[in-house]
Amino acid sequence: MKGKAHCYPRDHINTDEIIPARYLNMDQEKDLAAHAMEDIDKTFVKKVHEGDFIVAGEDFGCGSSREHAVWALRGAGIQAVIAGSFARIFYRNCINNGFLAIECPEAVQKVHTGDNLTIDLKSGKILNETKQESYTFTPVPDFALQILESGGLMKTILQKVKA
Amino acid sequence: MGSTITEKILAAHSGRETVRPGELINAEIDVIMCHDVTTTPAIDLLKAHGNLHVAYPERVVIMPDHFVPNKDIKSAEMVAKIRRWAKEEKIEKFYEIGRHGVCHALLPEQGHVRPGTTIICGDSHTSTHGALGAFATGIGSTDLAAALATGELWFKVPETILFKINGTLQKGVFAKDVILEIIRRIGVDGALYKAMEFTGNVVEEFSVESRMTLCNMAIEAGAKSGIINPDDKTLDYVQSRSNEIFDVYTSDPDAEYSDVIDIDVSDLEPMVALPHLPSNGKPVSQIGNIPIDQAWLGSCTNGRIEDLRKAAAEIKGKKVAQGVRMIVVPATSDIWKQANREGLLDIFMEAGATVSAPTCGACLGGHMGILAAGERCISSTNRNFVGRMGSPESEVYLASPATVAASAIAGKIVNPNAYRQD
Repeated sequence: MKGKAHCYPRDHINTDEIIPARYLNMDQEKDLAAHAMEDIDKTFVKKVHEGDFIVAGEDFGCGSSREHAVWALRGAGIQAVIAGSFARIFYRNCINNGFLAIECPEAVQKVHTGDNLTIDLKSGKILNETKQESYTFTPVPDFALQILESGGLMKTILQKVKA
Repeated sequence: MGSTITEKILAAHSGRETVRPGELINAEIDVIMCHDVTTTPAIDLLKAHGNLHVAYPERVVIMPDHFVPNKDIKSAEMVAKIRRWAKEEKIEKFYEIGRHGVCHALLPEQGHVRPGTTIICGDSHTSTHGALGAFATGIGSTDLAAALATGELWFKVPETILFKINGTLQKGVFAKDVILEIIRRIGVDGALYKAMEFTGNVVEEFSVESRMTLCNMAIEAGAKSGIINPDDKTLDYVQSRSNEIFDVYTSDPDAEYSDVIDIDVSDLEPMVALPHLPSNGKPVSQIGNIPIDQAWLGSCTNGRIEDLRKAAAEIKGKKVAQGVRMIVVPATSDIWKQANREGLLDIFMEAGATVSAPTCGACLGGHMGILAAGERCISSTNRNFVGRMGSPESEVYLASPATVAASAIAGKIVNPNAYRQD
């Protein structure tokens, strides 16, 4: 997994900021993506390219349960969020969508916007190719990994319901 | 070693004798609550994955509440989609406009919340229902879809922090002030992934409604759930609304907690959480002169009848300050009718406030009280993030209904005792 970093090192970036509630009368990924992060950074959507990463501080995704936050980021091209820690419902929503949420406080301190990163899930390392550094992250739990690898919770459920 | 109430409920719902924090389980879900915003994506997910159907329609309760009465065409389409789906899936518990209400106020009021049950909703403030001794937690739309299709959901058993709240509350200090103080102390991620269990003489003396205010804001400390051991008040509340049988679980004296926090609230003043985090609480005497443009009373946190009574007691015979607009939103249709019977709505209207139909509306920047850039609102809601109630350049201050009402009269944020006659 390779991409460029977009750093927002603040703590407690909440789901109201990731996708403001005024857009919650829509639920399609492409509609939501047009407004991703706009209350924090109006230029976010223009800057992000397919496969990029967000790097943020502690408690990322706190607040509302709206899964729209994950869809808005994914729709905008983000393939994973790297943060110091994640709020509970946002973390669940990431796993259930097969979208990566990586806890790595070291990366939050050392990565800068524009750095090229590679995430190796198996070894639990983020390689910063721009700075020639690597950071170890908390391994994704096996249970979550299974859901991620099967493509999200609904795929898992489907197997169970049809079995 | 004993178990907490949360561990007992989760064990009973996953076919286990006991469970311990950190274990991953699949738990049966007793009540799946659906509102407008997060349910339409869940319906799409079900249809996209082999056209899955609802496994147990009788466990589902639907109440559109966020963008209702529908504020625009998109909102109307959302609710219309849910209405069609509910009919297809033969879900009978659908609270249509006129019988509707803010989900976390309506669900317990209508007897759908019982001790010892598991409750989920695609809404973070689902923790409210822990006030009745249930395990209740907010989830996203995919979790919602999965639970609808299977009747169960995966959970990591949470550790529990026990909050012992003791002392004697001063006049003008309420459950909202207590929870704002707790969040001030532990921070917005102070209970991340954990259950917050509340006990102590103050909690025992609280009405069931006040207990809901405490549990409602557990999520604002990052918690998975808030919970209170059921007592006679709980049983009276539930049994006056439901004939269903339920099991009562309570925490063992030797249950293990990740932390025990003692709080004496005898010196607690009315609290105000300053922008832009619920943890920015300060005693009202220390915030200085903060003029307001709007006072908003309602929401799943503080839109119940006791909240309206407390606010009306502050405002009776007085006028909302010039230049301030006060918006009162009873949380459910039954609360609206009760407030009307008691003359509370007249008190608000005579004071120059306006009263709306039940809705989550302005709490999350939807409608019915959106703020312009530079405007400031004192609100009985639960969250004051940037742009929460409208413009990213507006400000929301969180406080109790009494503080909201007193501030509406003063035109600035004041201690509710400022106008007390007693």
